[in-house]
Amino acid sequence: MAEKSSVFDMIGPVMIGPSSSHTAGVVRIARVAFKLLGGKPDVADITFYNSFASTYEGHGSDRAIIAGLLDFKTDDKRIKDSLTLARQEGVQYHFKSVGNASTLHPNTIRLNLQKGDKKVEVLGESRGGGIINIAEVDGFKADFSANLHTLIITAEDKKGSIAFIADVLAHDDCNIATMSVSRKGKNDVACQVIEMDSGLKPVTLEYLRSLSWIKAVIYIPDIDR
Amino acid sequence: MAFLFESFEGWKEYCIKHQRTLEQVVLEYEQQQKGRTPEETLSGLQKAWDVMKDAVHTGLEEDMTSRSGMINNGAKKVYRYPKPVLSKEFQQLISRALAAKEVNSCMGRVVAAPTAGASGIMPGVLYTLQEIHHLGDKKIIDAMLVAAGIALIMEQKASISGAVGGCQAETGTAAAMGAGAIVFCLDGNIDQVFNAVAITVQCMLGLVCDPVAGLVEVPCVVRNASAAAIANSSAQIALADVSSVIPVDEVIEAMGEIGASMETRYKETALGGLAATKTGKAIAKKVLIHDIEILPNEENTSA
Ligand code: SF4
Repeated sequence: MAEKSSVFDMIGPVMIGPSSSHTAGVVRIARVAFKLLGGKPDVADITFYNSFASTYEGHGSDRAIIAGLLDFKTDDKRIKDSLTLARQEGVQYHFKSVGNASTLHPNTIRLNLQKGDKKVEVLGESRGGGIINIAEVDGFKADFSANLHTLIITAEDKKGSIAFIADVLAHDDCNIATMSVSRKGKNDVACQVIEMDSGLKPVTLEYLRSLSWIKAVIYIPDIDR
Repeated sequence: MAFLFESFEGWKEYCIKHQRTLEQVVLEYEQQQKGRTPEETLSGLQKAWDVMKDAVHTGLEEDMTSRSGMINNGAKKVYRYPKPVLSKEFQQLISRALAAKEVNSCMGRVVAAPTAGASGIMPGVLYTLQEIHHLGDKKIIDAMLVAAGIALIMEQKASISGAVGGCQAETGTAAAMGAGAIVFCLDGNIDQVFNAVAITVQCMLGLVCDPVAGLVEVPCVVRNASAAAIANSSAQIALADVSSVIPVDEVIEAMGEIGASMETRYKETALGGLAATKTGKAIAKKVLIHDIEILPNEENTSA
């Protein structure tokens, strides 16, 4: 049986902009990128693909993406003025449209962000109703919705690492909802994306970060918090 | 087991059998299906109501010009026009529905009810109803529960999305929610509330979704005003116990049937109706981005 709708699907959500896939979903993709970068970017190159390519301005997706890069939430009234606010904060942004990218989802956005020396590349899909999928992070296949609590770990690709991490999370009483691993090559760096039903304690994150074979740990609690 | 909102008939039977009011059944559903306590549901709806009122004010006070230029402070003009066609109240109803929807078209904050395209109808209807009849927020919140119940059934039996069922599904559902809410607030009985839904949908049947340039502006904004007016005319008829003749569940089924057979060019694709007119196409050409890089064809390389 299909999941039943809520009263708040009928009267709700509270939203900004004419369509949730063009606004809420886009804000969420950009907020994930903000979290991955660890702050607002100095430079942002944004590419809109396929159906987004011709409609992003009219539907306000340009303002939505910049709002997310400034860490505004999906119902923030400042989304309307985000382009001006970004310029005031010294964020340089540039938009590009690419049509007929047949391998990508119809509503896809690529973000290339830079903050100081740090660079992040995110490929996000807006799947309708504000639901998103982060398809790639820095070229690694990611596939997470940012709806749950997400942990992204880049680590050396060594034996037992997955079981080890799962064990650490279990000790923090965390139930793993989904987990995916992708790597560039054998014994190269691997990227693990873990979605969990509940949040992690700071001490667990500290512990993971302290391990020598773990390169980076990024933790994104429920994206709308 | 709570009632699952599969039919209006069933909703009424459940109310009678379990000695419940319409809104109580919706509260129970939300608790059983979504685990929300009645307090959480009521406070969530209060928040939605506050956002709706805020959208009406914003649309009537701040500058409302959309990026395409198609929306340009229409609500304010209507609100301030010195000659009411019917009455001051009617003029206010129309301008408030326009106002909240204009806020949505201009990247402001609204409540999708049931969708963003129809987000001016409930605010226009409820705001005006509350003012004319001096109703408290509690009554309005209860009416919103009833409206949500109406939409839940319409979603299951037909659709609430323009891309699936045409504009009748979006603005039609919102108008039905509004009509039911009005009759509920004015102490109509269950039959009268449902009759208001049936009459409203009869008036909205067949409406296609044909937004110019694919933007939710034209005709969407003016349809929010007309849907608000139809909600009121239907409520007036239903309160007086005039029957819709065709029972509400059958009317909604007809809406589903019409939606299913509607061609895709009338379902948010911007390929038919107003979107396909000469002017509609010219506007699309102007507002859509044409500076698009086209990639070499990848179709053969990707499986
Ligand atoms: S025309 Fe289409 S987009 Fe506009 S309100 Fe109706 S259903 Fe929504």
